[in-house]
Amino acid sequence: MAEFLQFAFSGLTVGAIYALVALGFTLIYNASDVINFAQGEFVMLGGMVTVFAVAAGVPLPLAALLAVAVAVAVGVTLHRLAIEPARGASAVTLIIITIGASILLRGVAAVVFDKGFHSLPAFAGSEPWQIGGAAVLPQSLIVLVGAGAIVAMLWVFLTGTMLGKALIATSANRLAARLVGINTGAIVGLSFAVSAAIGAIGGILMTPITLTSYDVGTLLALKGFAAAMLGGMGNPIGAVLGGLLVGLLESFGAGYLSSQYKDAIAFLVILAVLFVMPHGLVGRAGVERV
Amino acid sequence: MRRFAASPYGVVVLIAVLVAALPAVLPTTFYVRIAALVFIFALAVVGLNLLMGFAGQVSLGHAGFFGIGAYAVAIGPTHLGIPSWAAFVIGVALAALIAFLVGRPILRLKGHYLAVATLGLGILIAMVMTNEAAWTGGPDGMPVPRLELFGWRVRGPVTWYWVSGITLVIGAWIAANLIASPTGRAFRAIHDSETAARVLGVDVARYKLLAFVLSAAYAAVAGAYLALFDGLVTPDSAGFLRSIEFVTMAVLGGLGSIFGSVVGAMILTVLPQVLTVFHDYEHIALGAIMIVFMIFLRAGIVPSLLTFLRRSS
Repeated sequence: MAEFLQFAFSGLTVGAIYALVALGFTLIYNASDVINFAQGEFVMLGGMVTVFAVAAGVPLPLAALLAVAVAVAVGVTLHRLAIEPARGASAVTLIIITIGASILLRGVAAVVFDKGFHSLPAFAGSEPWQIGGAAVLPQSLIVLVGAGAIVAMLWVFLTGTMLGKALIATSANRLAARLVGINTGAIVGLSFAVSAAIGAIGGILMTPITLTSYDVGTLLALKGFAAAMLGGMGNPIGAVLGGLLVGLLESFGAGYLSSQYKDAIAFLVILAVLFVMPHGLVGRAGVERV
Repeated sequence: MRRFAASPYGVVVLIAVLVAALPAVLPTTFYVRIAALVFIFALAVVGLNLLMGFAGQVSLGHAGFFGIGAYAVAIGPTHLGIPSWAAFVIGVALAALIAFLVGRPILRLKGHYLAVATLGLGILIAMVMTNEAAWTGGPDGMPVPRLELFGWRVRGPVTWYWVSGITLVIGAWIAANLIASPTGRAFRAIHDSETAARVLGVDVARYKLLAFVLSAAYAAVAGAYLALFDGLVTPDSAGFLRSIEFVTMAVLGGLGSIFGSVVGAMILTVLPQVLTVFHDYEHIALGAIMIVFMIFLRAGIVPSLLTFLRRSS
């Protein structure tokens, strides 16, 4: 039982990070139909900028704020310089553009920072708590609470503010949104900014547990993409569920089956889900227009 | 010239002339080696182009099939005592078989779902290669015994230049033949509209599967060649980045253009060699080039160039 709890906690912790990445995918996808493969780089930037700012003597909260600001600036720039000029391009073209952006950002990070692994001190001590026989790091709880808070804040933003409602309107129907006076271009830019911020916060939260380096983005983006797909692309609730599920499956798979194939388990499940439910767990079947 | 370039076989002749004439201008074996690499990658991309450019199905996992071909010629002779040429045949057959088995369920998916399914497939294959260290040497890879045919040891850049160049011409010829046939028309019909194709009596699932299996076989042949040429194979050959590289080559050169595949493979193979001078900035340059080309030359280099020529004459 203790073992089971241990796997569940660690699964939920990574799952929360995957959920944040998946949520970032979903926001941008809804607003613009773009799958942003550079999403993982926002997570990397969050962690790396914080680490290097702290090393330079900046207090942690300020460093974290700086990291989020840098990620947001990169996200907005990415939209302005690479996504906006390619409007109307095919899905594959857009996928290649964002993968190009991801390679570029990774290259910049390797030059500006370095290629080593870095960690941050845990935010609230590193003495594990015993819960039902399982050892839980305080940082894990911070990740879970932090991710939950972000999801809640995003919910309030989307349903309670004019800007959030404009984002939802743009996702639902871009032309209709433009007709009622919404600046859809700015809204897509906003979705990049919000996604970048969410990713960066995820990166800051996870760094004390998982370490960070210039190239952590790739695998995170793949897992987050898979999680978003698992939940049904474009569905924010599905993205969070998908993220947690991928995290849990990975953790249980690593614990009970094979730690070598921990990454494989996530992808196997996704393939299986796609075969059985081609539109994800929460998604609905679309109708193709001829 | 224009008519010639537009005809399906003109491309094959063009590639054949290129392969035959290039050694005259390549100054050292270093360049011959790069040219051989270009031909090997171009072969994989021509196959991928059949799937993506003609049948309109995206695959982000083709490096998996490339890797199967590569590891077949490594594992066959080393662990199973099979001669290299037989291992080569078995590897290509195995890649085609796997594509045949997973193709049907995977190709039912569309758009982003198809992208993530093929991506997952590629990653799973690469993961097996990384983890089964007893067979594959793990993350460090394993050496590949040289190919020997009837006592002739196939080795060295010049030999491999001709082997890969001639294979590329044959591969392009098969692809051109296919595209000009009713099968090619069926591919394009599926690309334009699956529903319309089905209404016209095209067995959509069967033709998609055919394109998938064929492109997997092309990739496996190319993978085996690279492994035999390099004398070494690592899991990177089957990795996600390699898959992306193939897709970028196909799109960069121009989807639906066989010569475009060769051009795309050439640019992405030659470029890193040039960029080694700025070693630290290699990734920055690669990423920037991918973005800039995709924004300004969306149709790909060769189709854009043809349109330009057509307009100016």
